[in-house]
Amino acid sequence: MHDPAQIQARFVLQHPGFCLDIDLQLPGRGITALFGHSGSGKTSCLRCVAGLEQAGTGYLAVNGDCWQDSARGLFVPTYRRPIGYVFQEANLFAHLDVRDNLLYGSRRIPRAARQVALQQAVDLLGIGHLLQRLPGRLSGGERQRVGIARALLTSPRLLLMDEPLASLDLQRRQEVMPYLERLQRELDIPLLYVSHAPDEVARLADHLVVLEEGRVRACGPLQETLLRHDLPMFQEEDAQAVLHGLAGAFDEHYGLQAVQLDEQSRLLQPARQAVAPGTPLRLKVRARDVGLSLAQVQHSSLLNHLAVRVCDWQEVPQLSYVQVRLQLPGGQQLLARITRYSFDQLGIHSGQALWAQLKSVSLLNG
Amino acid sequence: MPLTQNDFAAIGLSLQLASLTTLLLLLLGTPLAWWLAHSRRRWSKRLVSALVALPLVLPPTVLGFYLLVLLGPHGWIGQLTQSLGLGTLTFSFSGLLIGAALCSLPFVVQPLQNAFEAIGRAPLEAAATLRASPLDSFFTVVVPLARPGFLTAATLSFAHTLGEFGVVLMIGGNIPGKTQVVAIQIYNHVEGMHYAQAHWLAGGMLLFSFLILLLLYAGRQNRQGWS
Repeated sequence: MHDPAQIQARFVLQHPGFCLDIDLQLPGRGITALFGHSGSGKTSCLRCVAGLEQAGTGYLAVNGDCWQDSARGLFVPTYRRPIGYVFQEANLFAHLDVRDNLLYGSRRIPRAARQVALQQAVDLLGIGHLLQRLPGRLSGGERQRVGIARALLTSPRLLLMDEPLASLDLQRRQEVMPYLERLQRELDIPLLYVSHAPDEVARLADHLVVLEEGRVRACGPLQETLLRHDLPMFQEEDAQAVLHGLAGAFDEHYGLQAVQLDEQSRLLQPARQAVAPGTPLRLKVRARDVGLSLAQVQHSSLLNHLAVRVCDWQEVPQLSYVQVRLQLPGGQQLLARITRYSFDQLGIHSGQALWAQLKSVSLLNG
Repeated sequence: MPLTQNDFAAIGLSLQLASLTTLLLLLLGTPLAWWLAHSRRRWSKRLVSALVALPLVLPPTVLGFYLLVLLGPHGWIGQLTQSLGLGTLTFSFSGLLIGAALCSLPFVVQPLQNAFEAIGRAPLEAAATLRASPLDSFFTVVVPLARPGFLTAATLSFAHTLGEFGVVLMIGGNIPGKTQVVAIQIYNHVEGMHYAQAHWLAGGMLLFSFLILLLLYAGRQNRQGWS
């Protein structure tokens, strides 16, 4: 009936002044971001999946196992669900040192089910030097890394993270982010990731769920969903597209890394060191960093010019801009934010061939 | 030696009563405090909180009087214990235990409730996501985190029971070796104008109670390294 490798979640949860009413079909692997502003219900949704909150009406099946079905009166309590949960504030046990915090969960699962070894989790998150410390003596970033390792050590079949970076400053965020990416690469555990930061979503997610006032506004693969005209994130200041590419050659002299987006589209990106050719890379291009011209611009300081075709466009109501959706020859899409004046001057129409100049591109990984 | 055999019996009885009361209260007060800390039924919570706090404000003689009536041969509980073949509990050690436990109840429930509330739900939720059942997480997370609360509860209950007078006099009377505790014995000595002996017992209690409280506060200061 259903593809077993997926997550089906249907919750109706009533709180005074707030109602969560969602019905989601999510892929059973990779990182799914639950995105929304505070009060959108993303944390409630995650807590329902964990069983920390019991939706009056609910159905939840994860990769073939049913954890809740209110129609049958089934509700598997949190401690019987094979999940790993990372809290916003790490939530470590204050009376146990890091080592005992890490082992708390793994001691409670059968030996045969332990797929992640202490050493592996410790190495993955770089916390080997902290094992003897009490949580009170850790920095915010360290606490969060211990929290992630502790969750991993229960060998979860589903990882749940509730804004694990929200309580950290920018520097600590940069410190933890690479560990999250490594996690995704090295362990094949599906992850539901709650966030209100578009940057985190762009960098980490494969799949995106946008929640608004307790309801699902959009749900789909990250690249497509980011470009949807009807979503608030499209209209905001940091409307952006995520492009996938493969690392190409590295120019030692100028410190430029080539990234191949498709057979005809190539970007050059300043980089400190070479990325091994063929490595998959993820790039973020903000709509406001893309300019358009009818002909290829010669003699420009801008490095990146891509041949594109116009798909469609949308006026941004409060700002006098038009946001144009463009397609690369290989099918990937990006956005350009231009003034209405330029829009008319260029006579933009559907299917038109144009050149896009990229003022800046950021490499999200690698 | 200035202490009589009755004095020693009274000291032994007081210590026994205080320890058993404390044990009993930790066993019964912990679930009650837990319920008060976590229940969402606001009105029943308020009701129970007020009932638990009553011994703090009532004169022990009032409590003792009602217990005497209830436990006595014509009271509900007295009738029940008699029909079970246990006789009446008044003027017995078991009766004393019940009275002392009621008097010291707030001294156990309130620190525990405060400790449980301070811990909050977050560590319990973390434990649940790490496969710990509710009972497991109570013993491995709540008890260690609430240790200062348990220490306070046990100390206050012990010290308070040791000093219990009114309720003991009302329901236990003054039977040497059975219900005659130190506080009563001091009263006896004063009544009989044996001030020297009263001094020995009263001074001993003063010193002992002071030392217990000193230990309690010293222990509390040392724990503040956490969190």
